[in-house]
Amino acid sequence: MEGPPLLEVDGVTRRFGSLVANDDVRFTVPRGGLIGLIGPNGAGKSTLFNLIAGVFAPSAGRIVFDGTDITRLPAPARCALGIARTFQVVRSFNAMTVLDNVLVGALVRDADTRAARFRAHEMLVFTGLDGRARALAGELTSPEKRRLEMARALATRPKLLLLDEVMAGLTPTEAREGIELVRRVRASGITVIMVEHVMEVVMPLVDHAIVLDLGRVIASGRPDAVVRDPRVIESYLGAGHA
Amino acid sequence: MAQPQTIPAPITAFTSRRRRQLAVALAVALALALLPLAVADVFVMNILVLTILFASLSQSWNILGGYCGQISLGHAVYFGIGAYVTVALFVDFGILPWFGMLAGAAIAVVLALALGYPCFRLAGHYYTIATIVIAEAALLLVANAEWTGGAVGLQLPFAPDSWATLQFGRTKLPYYYLALGLAVATWIVSWVIEDTRAGYWWRAVNSDIAAAQSLGVNVFRSKMAASAVSAFFTAVAGGVYAFFVSYIDPTSVMSFHISLLISLPAVLGGIGTLWGPALGAIVLIPMGELTRSYFGGTGLGTNLIVYGVLVMAISLLRPQGLVSLVHLFVPRRA
Ligand SMILES: Nc1ncnc2c1ncn2[C@@H]1O[C@H](COP(=O)(O)OP(=O)(O)OP(=O)(O)O)[C@@H](O)[C@H]1O
Ligand SMILES: [Mg+2]
Repeated sequence: MEGPPLLEVDGVTRRFGSLVANDDVRFTVPRGGLIGLIGPNGAGKSTLFNLIAGVFAPSAGRIVFDGTDITRLPAPARCALGIARTFQVVRSFNAMTVLDNVLVGALVRDADTRAARFRAHEMLVFTGLDGRARALAGELTSPEKRRLEMARALATRPKLLLLDEVMAGLTPTEAREGIELVRRVRASGITVIMVEHVMEVVMPLVDHAIVLDLGRVIASGRPDAVVRDPRVIESYLGAGHA
Repeated sequence: MAQPQTIPAPITAFTSRRRRQLAVALAVALALALLPLAVADVFVMNILVLTILFASLSQSWNILGGYCGQISLGHAVYFGIGAYVTVALFVDFGILPWFGMLAGAAIAVVLALALGYPCFRLAGHYYTIATIVIAEAALLLVANAEWTGGAVGLQLPFAPDSWATLQFGRTKLPYYYLALGLAVATWIVSWVIEDTRAGYWWRAVNSDIAAAQSLGVNVFRSKMAASAVSAFFTAVAGGVYAFFVSYIDPTSVMSFHISLLISLPAVLGGIGTLWGPALGAIVLIPMGELTRSYFGGTGLGTNLIVYGVLVMAISLLRPQGLVSLVHLFVPRRA
């Protein structure tokens, strides 16, 4: 029904010295999917995002995106192919305006700065940040900065968007707005993988959940099944609770 | 791309801000064009030419150091190449300085790329160290080469006044307008760059490399391009300077002191801004010239002390540079 997967992570391992941050991770992401990636602190979620986005290469394994083997491709080339991401620790261009931050993202598709500026403004409207367009990014509050990261990533017209804990530290109201935003992104046809600590946030939202623990995939499936999986409960609550 | 019927407010604000910048620059350029009518003194004229020339030089430095964040403390090497190539081609082959400057600029660009190729893959401060080392090595090479006249240097032959050969014995005025033309050119280049894809990419690289890369920016190529543009205009200014002073030797065009004079105005005035380099030059260059004339020919050390104190004072009181003083009068919009 859905054809070949958009993303295929094929036995990916990443070592940092003796530490194995990702251990033989394999899964596929269908086009248009909304996938939740969860797991306790240090499970290797951000490392997996870095591998998919091209911050560094895997020690072993293969990553195929949209039919192209991207395992050794540098990050900018992956952005050009249609992979965008946010950072767990926000990385705004603080001395630039909010609009210019998003403009940088839009420029990868459009060398004409005026057209790209319109596109960037559309993304600010989409993420509800247009009121802050002329502020310096450094002046934003931290929930605003998280939305800026999303606007900037969306401006690159991605096929796949990687969201690394965009809901962290939000108030319940802000988190609800965030969830709404993710829904709209998905509705616009973009495939999303989101990392989130809080199960209550991700589980109702996603159609598939992948659980990492100590770098390994310990569960993968429909969210309601995953939350009942004894191994998942154990990794979240510690041994003895399963 | 379908553009909305009504242009969003932040975009109109941006467009009018760009126009305002251009209008201010035009007014400043006109005022500077008329300034010689009020200045007869040769000493003052000399300082004006140097100030405008170093404003232009620092504006060129700012393209790489301010926008792209690659701090060079060796720009004297591009300046010196521009000076030596222009003079040597004229003295030895009779090639007009206009073409000599372009040749010097081309060589400077090649050197900038050759230096950037190994360095721009490394973290920022390695580049800064490399620029100092390369400039010192170039200083030694030039001081010991034959075509440069070694430590003695090169002297332009006496020739009749002419715009073709850029020789003017009786008046400094043509050099004033030459320097002003170059300053206007580098300002406009900076202004144009600020709203190009490359300009935004360079500032993104300066701000956060990982974020820039995630948005499709090729960091290495950005640094190389900024470096090439910066070296080009620095070398042209070197050629102008050489014809202005009509005599060059290794220390006068290639020493570390020159690298400081090129980089400090932008740092002092406001790094990565349109008007920072000019503002910094207006403060630094006359001050340097005045201390030198009051303390005599050995004023070099005094100069450096004055610069050092100034830069420290500014970085403590106004970390964003002199340009930020404007915000005392013009409040930033929310
Ligand atoms: N660049 C790196 N160099 C060395 N070790 C790293 C690096 N990146 C991650 N690690 C290590 O890999 C392990 C997994 O880290 P990662 O950031 O991927 O976890 P995470 O699941 O995102 O955790 P969190 O929920 O706290 O964000 C950790 O032990 C971490 O210290
Ligand atoms: Mg993480």
